[in-house]
Amino acid sequence: MIPLLASKLILKCLEKENVEYVFGYPGGALLPIYEAFRSSNLKHILVRNEQTAPHYASGYARESGKVGVCLATSGPGATNLVTGIATAYLDSIPIVAITGQVNRDLIGTDAFQEADITGATAPFTKHSYLVKEAKDLPKIIKEAFHIASTGRPGPVLIDIPRDVQLENVKNGSDYEDIHILGYNPTTKGHTGQIKRAIKKIKNADRPVIYAGGGVLLSNAREELIKFAEKNSIPVITSLMGIGAFPEDNPLYSGIVGSHGYEYSNVVMNQADLIINIGARMSNRATFKLKDFGEEIDFIHIDIDPAEIGKTIETNVPIVGDAKNILSDLLEQDTANDHQKWLDQIAQIKMDNPLVYDAAPPCSDLINPKVLFRSLSEMTSDNTTLVADVGLNQIWSALYYHVNKNRKYFTSGGLGTMGYSIPAGAGARFATINQDRQVFIVCGDGSFQMSMGELGVIAEHQLDVNIILIVNHKLGMVRQLQCDTYGKGHYSGTDINYDIDFMTLAKAYSLEAFEAKTNEEFNEIAPKALAHKGPTLIICQVHPDFIRI
Amino acid sequence: MEKKTCLSLLVENNFGVLSRISGLFARRGYNIDSLTVGTTENAEVSRITITVTGDEQILTQIKKQLNKLIDVITVIELKPEDSITRELVFIKVKADDTNRTQIVQICNMFRANVVDVARESLVLEITGTRDKIDAFFNMIEPYGILEFIRSGDTGLQRGANVLSY
Repeated sequence: MIPLLASKLILKCLEKENVEYVFGYPGGALLPIYEAFRSSNLKHILVRNEQTAPHYASGYARESGKVGVCLATSGPGATNLVTGIATAYLDSIPIVAITGQVNRDLIGTDAFQEADITGATAPFTKHSYLVKEAKDLPKIIKEAFHIASTGRPGPVLIDIPRDVQLENVKNGSDYEDIHILGYNPTTKGHTGQIKRAIKKIKNADRPVIYAGGGVLLSNAREELIKFAEKNSIPVITSLMGIGAFPEDNPLYSGIVGSHGYEYSNVVMNQADLIINIGARMSNRATFKLKDFGEEIDFIHIDIDPAEIGKTIETNVPIVGDAKNILSDLLEQDTANDHQKWLDQIAQIKMDNPLVYDAAPPCSDLINPKVLFRSLSEMTSDNTTLVADVGLNQIWSALYYHVNKNRKYFTSGGLGTMGYSIPAGAGARFATINQDRQVFIVCGDGSFQMSMGELGVIAEHQLDVNIILIVNHKLGMVRQLQCDTYGKGHYSGTDINYDIDFMTLAKAYSLEAFEAKTNEEFNEIAPKALAHKGPTLIICQVHPDFIRI
Repeated sequence: MEKKTCLSLLVENNFGVLSRISGLFARRGYNIDSLTVGTTENAEVSRITITVTGDEQILTQIKKQLNKLIDVITVIELKPEDSITRELVFIKVKADDTNRTQIVQICNMFRANVVDVARESLVLEITGTRDKIDAFFNMIEPYGILEFIRSGDTGLQRGANVLSY
């Protein structure tokens, strides 16, 4: 075989993994790889700060179901990836992060732009590699994509010293035989446990399915709908599980958690059986739930055995892939009449209605709850809404209806501000020629964390609509300050400088709109939607509107 | 209820494997009582023995979290009833012409060895279970222990059972 430069080999290996886009930022330790890009079919997207690169990869991965790839140079480039990698880890999103590293003989000498990135990211990578020899690259890259995308997905990091990229390799890019001794995720559910689950489901009077992000990751949405409908079991989701069950289905029973629907928490607390499918039972999700005593049966389906029993005791643990297990359960006769329970839920829903009202001065400007409800009615069935973190995230989660083929992405686990612009752009890159609407929702706090990425959106004329909720405040922290210390006890949550976002949009040649009332929003939104190319919709919300 | 448990791991000898394992204990707030590492018949695989203290739920989580590490091939618990565990200890004890013989006699009873002799000290070497070593310490302590090192438990399952991969 003709020797191949390792930098070219790396890109070849990525092509073999069906990588289309690499979201990256160059630097000294990546010079050989960037030189190789010149003769590669891979599309390199130059992000404007490495911090956003993993979010692009994450949005791309969530939208496409493929592994997202990001790239950064050694030292500060690599450490800038850290938050994004942790974000992907907490939400179990499959990404591969590639970093340049200083030459092998300089490792450990505190060389210029040297950082121990495998060490720094160890707590929140599924696995990582420091490539010591170029000949190992095909094996490592193959394994990295395999580990990132199978079992419980997650980020994998490959750290490649500059001189490794410059070696010549004779063994080619072929490496098919994946054999990792310590990695063999269980995907098929244990038949004994499934039998026990069936018995519990049959005997339950007030069962609830609690669906998490695992349902989406295992592509088990159809199976979940069939299973819920066949057994007439209501479905509640976590924040990460939004979209796992269509909200227009009569069995849909909301979102649980500290920022979920009140009625969903009440329903969950009255259940006698909870069937948890791919949800972590994090402290945010269980915030308003009572302690599950012995009178409640708890079935936990998860591909990661360590999640089962981690925070809540489980009667029936089933380790495996949600799609497989739901298919197994579908074959069984578990149907039971739950009409009484469903009626009870309808009553709970009536007793805990959503509150849309706002009094002056809040009602003088846009009511964000009404905004997202109306946006729901304006958008197509093929919409992806990428929310940031904060009030914008909760308003859009609760009041935008994720029906039919709609998707909702957010940084659920780590709660990383600045996620939505790059992740939304990543989702758009994944659907570039497809009939899909992509919305980015952020507040003026989160917007300013990633607004440099408008450059990427403008450069590629990405067809995204950015809904910018402007209240000149860091709203959710302000809400917490109000709840914790009392009204007026605000500290560090004012964004005092009044940015002229219309002019900013002009600088990036974005089509910009501004609305001060819901009526104005309803007028301009269809125009923004009809516009091909990026738009910025500036929505003025009163600073004291802090209720969800 | 908290208890001491001995875990035996086979791991792939990859870059950073030990730091992954110790890091896992640190960030999840588990305490390591002791940790020993050594080679195996396969140069690419190492064997690690870890003793930990925790309640049942914590121990289960530790095992599961260890298993999640890609480099960890297998994890088992070395239960006292079907495994053997030993620890190696060196003790430097004050000794002079008046008591050296007595100390050597104690060593003989425990099948400990004297591995270094000086005018004012002895270095003793003992291998055994935790109970035996505690008893030995108890006997040696009155003579004045200058310093000591305990290797931490290491062990194997009894019988023909082997950790395979």
